[in-house]
Amino acid sequence: MLTIDKKLCIGCGICEDQCPFAAIEIVDNIAVVGDNCNLCGACVEACEVEALSIDDTGKVIQDDLESWSGIWVFCEFTRGELATVSTELLGIGRTLADKRRVRLSAVLLGHMTGDCADTLIGHGADIVYRVDNPGLELFTDDMYEKVLSDLIKEHKPEVILAGATAIGRSFIPGVATSVDAGLTADCTKLEIREDDGALLQTRPAFGGNIMATIVCPHTRPQMATVRPKVMKELPFDTEREGQVIDIMPTPRQLTSRIKVLESVTATQSNVNIQESDILVSGGRGLDSEKGFELIARLAEALGGNVSASRAVVDAGWIPYPHQVGQTGKTVAPKLYVACGISGAIQHVAGMQSSETIVAINRDAEAPIFNVADFGIVGDLNEVIPKLIAKIEEKRGS
Amino acid sequence: MKIIVCIKQVPDAKDVRLDPETNTLAREGVDSIMNPFDQHALEAGVSLKESCGGEVTVLSMGPPQADAVLRQAISCGADHGVLVSDRSFAGADTWATSYTLAKAVDQIGTYDLIICGKQAIDGDTAQVGPGLAMRLGIPYATCIQKIRSADESTIVFERMMDDGYDVLQSGYPLLMTVVKDINEPRVPSLRGKMKAKKAEIRVLSAEDIAADPTCIGLPGSPTQVVKVFPPEPRGARAILTGDLDEQVEQLVEKLKPYLV
Repeated sequence: MLTIDKKLCIGCGICEDQCPFAAIEIVDNIAVVGDNCNLCGACVEACEVEALSIDDTGKVIQDDLESWSGIWVFCEFTRGELATVSTELLGIGRTLADKRRVRLSAVLLGHMTGDCADTLIGHGADIVYRVDNPGLELFTDDMYEKVLSDLIKEHKPEVILAGATAIGRSFIPGVATSVDAGLTADCTKLEIREDDGALLQTRPAFGGNIMATIVCPHTRPQMATVRPKVMKELPFDTEREGQVIDIMPTPRQLTSRIKVLESVTATQSNVNIQESDILVSGGRGLDSEKGFELIARLAEALGGNVSASRAVVDAGWIPYPHQVGQTGKTVAPKLYVACGISGAIQHVAGMQSSETIVAINRDAEAPIFNVADFGIVGDLNEVIPKLIAKIEEKRGS
Repeated sequence: MKIIVCIKQVPDAKDVRLDPETNTLAREGVDSIMNPFDQHALEAGVSLKESCGGEVTVLSMGPPQADAVLRQAISCGADHGVLVSDRSFAGADTWATSYTLAKAVDQIGTYDLIICGKQAIDGDTAQVGPGLAMRLGIPYATCIQKIRSADESTIVFERMMDDGYDVLQSGYPLLMTVVKDINEPRVPSLRGKMKAKKAEIRVLSAEDIAADPTCIGLPGSPTQVVKVFPPEPRGARAILTGDLDEQVEQLVEKLKPYLV
């Protein structure tokens, strides 16, 4: 429960302003909490006179916290390739492991993984648990969940990180439930406290309007997912040594109640925009579906891919896998060119980590210009053809 | 077929903005809506009922006001509404929420299929659906973009992947989470609205579902928010100047590092 110390409260209203749920009201110079309080703690943090507190008695503290040790990274291997997020996570995993003075382990699931284990060691892993089996060639939630959960229960790592990919976002919540772990999705920053090993997990909350730092003080393991392109991988070090431990999955682990009949790879219009270094994104300012032809030409000239805002996906101009934003994908390309996108907070939340942002929009007041490194105010149909011509000229010279 | 659709009442994200002066949420006129992904889950449930027979129960955990989204669901074709609501659920993270929903599902009784939206637009975690399936001990699949066929023993559907899709086959019981591509949600009919008005929403408390107090609400949540702060603002406004040709020239000059 959120309690308000009436003696300390001065009725300043800061908590009322800070509450994301509009659950606090100042009545007769005292803060009053409503039914829709979500105990998020924003007000407790904001209160300058420490009049608010959240009582968390009743929490059961796990009695074997100390016996959980080591940092783990789940490494995804599908269609014969290691997902790039795996080595990115080993980068941050290495930092966490060094701070805690524990080992960093990679868990590799898949089939015909070849020299992947060496790649993982070269990028920072001390140990690779390799589960290479034909049964794991195609992803199913229950098989992956059982293999990873059983390994966690046996080895008791304090932290498990995974990529927030289609696969990670699907089976990792199952693992967290199975091992009774707290799980924080889509973290943008991870730190660890040296003394008690609490993982400080920061993620956007309430649609990217505010950032929240989350910890699991009373339970282990602590689990977090991170979207691709958020963390940086360490350079490959051929000198680095590590141990590869091969694990044989059990028949129970290799039974799935769901059968994969077919796995269909992307067609060109269905490219994974999270993997692109350059994205040209179209929004409502394109006026019609035909506008995407122009976007595609610019993307081609830049050597990038096409993405879009929610408005045009909802309008059916381009399929959902291209959508950037809170309900689409988070992208962080080197270059993001927003064409005819107004820049609603939900869109910005999905692309603000891009290295360079260019905005082209006919409305000089559009909020997209607030996040743009370079902006051109003008008509897309005039600007883009000129831009394409200039780019081609530069390339030619 | 007995279908349970899980829905959540959320603030309408379109209306949520940050006041640039005070760095707080401007929430004037923010409406509560049914989570958009859940509208597609509901439509999937109602269309399956129409093709295979059976009934759809909508289940929501939330404050008493969440009654509104359950009635909305009934107006769109759901048969029964269940609201699991108790002050002691406040502060629940996804672990405690999936526990609470699982206990509520036990009260609803037998089912073949549970359908959830891919994620709620306020939390964006996509964790409650899988968590609920694990607690119930049933298989699950997430991000379903199409149901290819369904009869009383088997269902075949497409799961969206990062670089394509998988075609999956399952028996029942099963839990699936759906993306928007799966269907176009219907608008309520006048008859539906009348039905929703009269419908009796079953309300379950923590006691009704026999919840363990250490597993619900804030005490039952492994994750705890310790700090909330505004995101760091990104670079300043930099609109290029000059005539259009000059602007394009400047821009291409700036983009040189990317033109390899």
